Amino acid sequence: MNFDFSEEQKLLQKTARDYLVEHCPLSAARAVLESGGTHDAPLWKGVAEMGWLGAAVPEEYGGAGFGPLELALIAQELGRALAPIPFGPSVYLVTEALLVAGSDAQKKRYLPRLASGELIGSFAFAERAGRAQPSQLATRFEAGRVHGTKWPVQDGAAAGLLLVVAREGDRTVLALVEGANAQVASEPQGSLDPSRPLARVRFDGARAELLGASGGDETLLAHLLDRAAVLAAFEQIGGAERALEGTREFTLGRYAFGRPVASFQALKHRMADVYAAITLASSNAYYGAWALSTGDAELATAACAARAAASDAFELAATEMIQMYGGVGYTWEYDCHLFYRRAKQLGVWLGSASEWRDLLVQRLAARG
Amino acid sequence: MDFNDTPDEAKFRVEARAWLDANAERLAPGERRESPMGGEGRKGLLERARVWQRTKADAGWACITWPVEYGGRGATAIQNVIWGQEESRYRVPPNMFSIGLGMLAPTIMAHGTPEQKQRYLKPMLRSDEIWCQLFSEPAAGSDLAGLRTSAVRDGSDWILNGQKIWTSGAHYCKWGMIVTRTDPAAKKHAGITYFIVDMQAKGVEIRPIRQINGASDFNEVFFSDVRIPDTYRVGAVNDGWRCALTTLMNERATIGSGQGFGLGIHELLQLARETDWNGRPALEDPSVRQRIAEFYIGLKGLEYTSYRTLTALSRGQTPGPENAIGKMVGAPLRQRLSSFAIELQGAAGATLDEGSTPLGAGFQHGWLGAPGLRIAGGTDEILHNIVAERVLGLPGEPRVDKDLAFQDVPTGRG
Repeated sequence: MNFDFSEEQKLLQKTARDYLVEHCPLSAARAVLESGGTHDAPLWKGVAEMGWLGAAVPEEYGGAGFGPLELALIAQELGRALAPIPFGPSVYLVTEALLVAGSDAQKKRYLPRLASGELIGSFAFAERAGRAQPSQLATRFEAGRVHGTKWPVQDGAAAGLLLVVAREGDRTVLALVEGANAQVASEPQGSLDPSRPLARVRFDGARAELLGASGGDETLLAHLLDRAAVLAAFEQIGGAERALEGTREFTLGRYAFGRPVASFQALKHRMADVYAAITLASSNAYYGAWALSTGDAELATAACAARAAASDAFELAATEMIQMYGGVGYTWEYDCHLFYRRAKQLGVWLGSASEWRDLLVQRLAARG
Repeated sequence: MDFNDTPDEAKFRVEARAWLDANAERLAPGERRESPMGGEGRKGLLERARVWQRTKADAGWACITWPVEYGGRGATAIQNVIWGQEESRYRVPPNMFSIGLGMLAPTIMAHGTPEQKQRYLKPMLRSDEIWCQLFSEPAAGSDLAGLRTSAVRDGSDWILNGQKIWTSGAHYCKWGMIVTRTDPAAKKHAGITYFIVDMQAKGVEIRPIRQINGASDFNEVFFSDVRIPDTYRVGAVNDGWRCALTTLMNERATIGSGQGFGLGIHELLQLARETDWNGRPALEDPSVRQRIAEFYIGLKGLEYTSYRTLTALSRGQTPGPENAIGKMVGAPLRQRLSSFAIELQGAAGATLDEGSTPLGAGFQHGWLGAPGLRIAGGTDEILHNIVAERVLGLPGEPRVDKDLAFQDVPTGRG
């Protein structure tokens, strides 16, 4: 039994943590949140130089040539740091989609630029409130062009390459659209977590090409979402761990009724519950990472479990953080709201925990 | 990252399997292993369990982590897990002796005299003599050190008076291990002494406790002027708390290693598939799916967490207090799971009729047993304290009894 990351992988994780402690304190997320910018550009450049954007990209395409396990640990550290950069859409979705299904020409054209950070990738799927169903999409792919409007698109305004889910006739396809394109109009939308901005993106006959030879189908889309879900789960777990650590530290230092508030069972027991939620989410995410790294068919259910558990754990940790800090936790000045915002926004990106739970049991049922 | 044995582990597994193949029959596909709980009523179970135990003991497979000199094979913790996995694939009686073998024997090994080790361990190993644990009292459960059963010195003997409770198997045990109060004027943890007691001695009275599920897995044991020799003492006088901690640490290891109890997610999915819900299988209802997913994710999370523990064992590390979450999360989760499974059955969920209730009323039995799981071997609340204090490093509870002589500690209604 060896259900753990290797020493080399853990060393990589430690390097990532050290780097982010120095280059991405919580004030980095706050700065983007308060400035209304798209992301922390120096940090984006920095993580590119560290090789993280291309962690799972083969060296021939300008990547570091690691695999999903290394990428998962980097995601966890970025989650801890609440990194205000478009890592998720660009790496978990667009880069991964090219790796899984891109044509050789597409890989050659885009992967080196994605790995270097020159190009930011974004994923455009939903078109309105609710649970997105590929068959119901209004966005069309016709004769090499995309027509339609997508919202919310995470990092849509910063994107140089959009992976768009569209209908071509009566089938679902994935299309690549370059952002620097007169037929693509991005309009910023307010977001729960302004350190991670959202946009409404309109495609007015934007020039596009299908991903790979055929543009894939709903099965490919589901597979790409499963892969991204596992990586996002690690990011969420990182955020949840940091929220719990902050809560622990604050409540140990704050006294009421002559004792640290962390000594009251009303808080202790709930912190134990948060710890348990994170541990179970983390174990589910480990299993997801194992399935991702081995290409095992278990990924279809493991991803659902990891994603739902991590979404719930991060939201629980962030919610409890504000509650246990008390009044100051509700102030703009304290950092609790950064976790609260990030937890919810990450939790609904790629579909909410409820959606993943439903999908999980549908898939279990289909397995018989 | 993989789920494979190391070469040494694989070799050990082959060895274990070879012996089991030669001495037992494999379970048929889908066949469940007999449960030790509520088992005494089943015909001849105890005797069958003893026969199997002796077969294993004579071949050195009864308690493989024990040192060779006491009849074990000095195996590692991970080998013990592998042995347990392999044994569970065979149609053999459940282990009815784990309290003695898993908890009391390590205490004797750590704190007993050479004569005690010589006299007691071998017969315990072969189940020639079965042991029970006499720790909890009506007023000393989570707060075990609040125990009041007294032992008073009388020449070279001790006289025991008091009451113990929640003792498994007391009526078929030859020996018990008991913690007693020997100095009420000392502070709470300082006046406790640990003894071996003969369960057939004059003045020992055993009364079964009937639980809410109708079964009697436990007893109350009353001690009225029970006389035992000083040679039955384990550890020094008034140093019994240290010995008790050895027992309790091993209890946690024993309970922590237990695989799932009762019906689980597989059976819940089967039930949801077979149960009619507005003319469709319940599994097709989104609200049902939400709940099933919650149980699946929780139970899988626990299973994968145990893989992480096994990985630590495999690397020769000792798992820490974080293992407490297995029971802290698992017991209430299974209570909610069985409750939901009963709801799925509609009005029929209220039937407890092995012939017609779905899945042989397994969920109903699970639900009736669940409250006990949340209390026995560390309540949910104590486990939360353990995680909060020993994993997260949060402050302990304020202790108003810590610096008082035991006799001055407030007792309430008892």
